[in-house]
Amino acid sequence: MTYFTNRRGFLAGALSASALGALPGMALAASAAQAERLVQGLVDDVNAVIASGVAEPAMIAEFERIFVRYGDMPYIAAYVMGADGRRATGAQKKAFTAAFQGYAARKYGKQFRQFIGSEISVAGTQKVKNAYQVATVAKLRGQSPFEVTFFVGEKSGRFYNMYVEGVNMLLTERTEIGAMLDRRRGDIDAMIADLQRAG
Amino acid sequence: MRIPRPSGCGALFRSFSGLVLITMVASCATPGPGETRDGVFDPQEPANRRVHAFNKRIYSRLSGGGESGFIESLPIPVKNGVVNFSDTVALPQTVVNQLLQGRLLRASRNTLRFSVNATLGLAGLIDVAGPMGLPEDRSNFGETLYVWGFPEGGYMELPVLGPSTEREATGIVVDFFTDPFAYVLPSPQRYVRYGARLGELAIKRSEYGDALDAVMLESADSYAQARVIWLEKRRHELGDDSIEGSGFIDPEGLDTEGF
Repeated sequence: MTYFTNRRGFLAGALSASALGALPGMALAASAAQAERLVQGLVDDVNAVIASGVAEPAMIAEFERIFVRYGDMPYIAAYVMGADGRRATGAQKKAFTAAFQGYAARKYGKQFRQFIGSEISVAGTQKVKNAYQVATVAKLRGQSPFEVTFFVGEKSGRFYNMYVEGVNMLLTERTEIGAMLDRRRGDIDAMIADLQRAG
Repeated sequence: MRIPRPSGCGALFRSFSGLVLITMVASCATPGPGETRDGVFDPQEPANRRVHAFNKRIYSRLSGGGESGFIESLPIPVKNGVVNFSDTVALPQTVVNQLLQGRLLRASRNTLRFSVNATLGLAGLIDVAGPMGLPEDRSNFGETLYVWGFPEGGYMELPVLGPSTEREATGIVVDFFTDPFAYVLPSPQRYVRYGARLGELAIKRSEYGDALDAVMLESADSYAQARVIWLEKRRHELGDDSIEGSGFIDPEGLDTEGF
């Protein structure tokens, strides 16, 4: 029961969600200001959905739309599939991307309930090689604030990763997808079918 | 195991703890073969997985039974009181470690935090110092070993305590023997901090129940999920970005053709 004894660590899992929101048919985020605007837009959209108070299934469908709008889905899907992606057929890759975005919206969206009344604000942007790191601070009622950092690709102009208190979403989900593949002894179609129900 | 007394056999216990430290740290393995797919060094994985299965049974029982319902039903001031008290009684230990780390400013801030909360905060029940600009800032001997340059060692899952590393586990043993409180308090009182810590953990478990359930009960491999999340979180707390996995991920470094 001591998993993640530190309260921020608990939130890492919980909040991987807030990263998953995401920008209206945007052009390339070639500048730090654009990367920051992308994240601000994402945060605003997520906050609006949370504040709307719609039922959970509708909320999760909204999160999936936000995720697809702001996120670099092909990159995220290719990363979390890891080396196994190389032996996937074109149809499997497409099906995996679609299944993954639904899974992510359900998994993280479910935990948004606890963010009702919370406030996420952009704290600053830093360029690292060919990416922008946009730091945000989430303030939850009655808890100490914690950091969520979004990574925006310079070329794609979309977010491709996020860290919640240092916990890397891409790495965590690649581990999970790998475990799902192991459970099916490497059968990609069976893993995709599982993924459509998971989260 | 007993906490050393200041007199008599205390010296013996202290030299014993020194010995434990040296042997355990010396055995901290460095990564080589045995790395997993996530770039995690886990040479004891089969044994760790057996411990994980045991921890998971405890977890399922606690989350299924009425215990978490009881904790959730406690009024918020009671919960805050337990968490704050647990933090206060752990502060002398934190100060000792921050001194050992050479972090004098943080050590003095925590000394002040302890003085304020132990007095104005009614023996630590209320966090008066936090809003005054002295927020919670805990440390332990695992962090001290990191600051001193010891390697992380292999991943470990400890019974009940959960995810750890060889370096962290060494730190837990040393902290058990170097708590300043244990030297000034008589026998039953010196264990109060462990009781408070258990209460704090139970409260946090109930607060973050959804996130924990997602890892422990809903993931395809809860062992691997707990391992990657805990290691990332701990390395972030320590400011350790030297290890693969916490490094930069190139947004153009992948073939995304077809996805």
